[in-house]
Amino acid sequence: MKSLRHPWIDRLMATNAWVVYAFFYLPILVLVVFSFNASARVGIWGGVSPRWYGEVLGNAEVLDALKNSLIVSGISTIVSTIIGTAAALAIDRYRFRGRRGLDGMLYLPIIIPDVTMAVMMLLFFARVFDIVELVGPRWQLGVTTIVISHVAFNIAFVAVVVRARLGQIDKSLEEAARDLYAGAWQTFRRVTLPLIMPGVLGGALLALTLSLDDVVVTSFVAGPGSTTLPIYVFGLIRRGVSPQINAISSLMLIASIALVGLSLLLQRNPQDAILPDERLKET
Amino acid sequence: MRKPAFEPGLEKAAEAAERRRGFLLGLPAYVYLVVFFAVPFFIVFVTSFARRSATGATKYDEFSTSAYVKLLDPLVGTIVWRSFWIATITTAVCLLFAYPFAYYIATRRPAVRNALLVLVMIPFWSNFLVRTYAWRFILGSDGPLGTLTEAMGREPFRLLFTPAAILIGLVYGFLPFMVLPLYAAIERLDWRLVEAARDLYADGWTAFRKVTLPLTRSGIIAGSLLVFVPSFGAYVTPAILGGGKDLLLGSYIVTQFGQARNRPLGSALSIVIMAVMLVALMIRNRSGAEEI
Repeated sequence: MKSLRHPWIDRLMATNAWVVYAFFYLPILVLVVFSFNASARVGIWGGVSPRWYGEVLGNAEVLDALKNSLIVSGISTIVSTIIGTAAALAIDRYRFRGRRGLDGMLYLPIIIPDVTMAVMMLLFFARVFDIVELVGPRWQLGVTTIVISHVAFNIAFVAVVVRARLGQIDKSLEEAARDLYAGAWQTFRRVTLPLIMPGVLGGALLALTLSLDDVVVTSFVAGPGSTTLPIYVFGLIRRGVSPQINAISSLMLIASIALVGLSLLLQRNPQDAILPDERLKET
Repeated sequence: MRKPAFEPGLEKAAEAAERRRGFLLGLPAYVYLVVFFAVPFFIVFVTSFARRSATGATKYDEFSTSAYVKLLDPLVGTIVWRSFWIATITTAVCLLFAYPFAYYIATRRPAVRNALLVLVMIPFWSNFLVRTYAWRFILGSDGPLGTLTEAMGREPFRLLFTPAAILIGLVYGFLPFMVLPLYAAIERLDWRLVEAARDLYADGWTAFRKVTLPLTRSGIIAGSLLVFVPSFGAYVTPAILGGGKDLLLGSYIVTQFGQARNRPLGSALSIVIMAVMLVALMIRNRSGAEEI
C-alpha cells in the first residue's frame, strides 16, 4: 500500500497528524501546568504551588456544587444505564412493533444541539408545573428536573455503546445456552449479561461523564439550590480568568479524562464503540 | 410414533412470546423518550405559535405566527446568517484537517491505529466547558501568550472575543466529531480498488479524486453533519470566547428565555435549528442509500 503514495505526501500527513494531536492536547496541558502557578497573575509564572487547589477544595460553594453534581450524575447514570441497556437488547435481539420508532428516537438526543434540548426540557417542565398547580401542589425546578433531563439524553448514549458491544458478541453462545435448556432469564443472566458487561459499564461511565459535564441543559432546568459544578464554574468563567478556575478546571478535566479512558478501556475495541454515526448504517 | 418435527402452532406461540419480550424490554425507553423527549418537542412546537403578552408572559390562548414573522426581522436574519457562516467555516476547517488525519490513522498498523484512535476519543468525550475555558485562558490578554508578547515589547495580543476565537473554539470542540466518521469510512475502504486505478495508469491525485474520495463520501457527509449541527446551535463556545459582541443563534435563543422574555421567539428559533438538523439528516440518509 505504501507504494501508492508519494513519500512527501506521507510525510505531510504525518506532520498534519502531529499538528492535530498537538492542537488536541497542548491547550489542556498548558491549563493544567498553569493551574500550579503560584502567582496570582495567571499569565506570569511564579513557581510551582498547590495553593489554588487548597483554596478551591476549601470553598464551601464548590463542595456544595460538587455534591449536587454527584447526586445528579449518580442517579441519572443508574437509571439511564438500566433503561438504555434494555432498549439496546430489545432493538438488537428482537423484532417487535415500534422497533423502528424506538430506534429513531434513540438517535435524536445524540445529535440535537444542547440549546434545543434545553429549551425543550424547560418548556416541558413549565407546562407540567402550570397544570399541576391547578390541582394544588407547587412544583419547582431542582435536582429532580435535572436528573430527568439528563436521563433523557443519556439513555441514547448508553444504548449506542451497548449495541456496539452486542454486535461484537457471538450469538451462537446464547443459542447454545437455550439448546441446553436454559430459560430466557437464565440465558440472559449467565451468558448475555456477562458478555455485554464491558459495554454496559462503558456506557454507564460515558453517561456519568456526560452528566457531570453538562452545562446548557442543566442551567435551563436547575432551580435555586441545585447548582451543579459545571454551572458554578461556567458562572465564574463568564466573569473572567482566575487561578481558582484554573485549579477547578484542571480537576474536572483530569476526572473526566480518567472516566473516559476507563470507559474506552472497558470497551476494548474503540472504533466500534461510541460512534453515534455507526447506528445509522444498518437503517 | 415419531413426534412431528414441525409444529406451526408452537412455533407461532414462541414467536409471539419473543415479540412480547422485545416489546417489554424496549417499553421503558420508549415511554421515557415519548414523555421526556417527544412531548417536550411538541410543546416547543406549540409554544412557537403562542402569544407573548405585554409583560413577556407566554399565553397559549390564541394561535399566533408573530414569532415566525419576527424571524424575517433583519436583526434575527443577521444572527441566523452569521451562525450559518460560522458553522460552515468550522465544518470546512475541520474537514480540511480531519481528512488527512483520519487517513493517516486508518493506514497505520492495527495496534498503532487503536492507540491513535483512543487519543482522539479522549478529548472527544472529556469536559467540553473546561476545554473551551483552556482557550479563554491561553488567548486572554493576561494569559501566557498575552504576557509573552507584552514582555517582548510587541503589540498586545488580541484574539479573544473575536469571531476568530469562536472559530478556534468550535474547531477545537468539534474536530473529533469529524475525525471518527471519516476514520470509519476510510478504514472500510477496499484498497484493491485504489490499486486497480493505479494499475490503469491513474496518477495518485486522480485515483484519490475518482476512487478514494467518492468511496469515503458517506464519512465526509456524516462528519460534516456532526460538526455543522452543534456548531450552528453552539452556546457555550461563543459565550466563553466571543465576549457577546457578535450574537450567534445559540446565545440569542438563551436570551429569549432570560432577559428578553420571549419564549415564542426562542421556540421558533429552536424549531429553525431542528429544521436544519432534519435537512442535514435527510441529506445524510440519501447519501447512505446510494452507498452500496
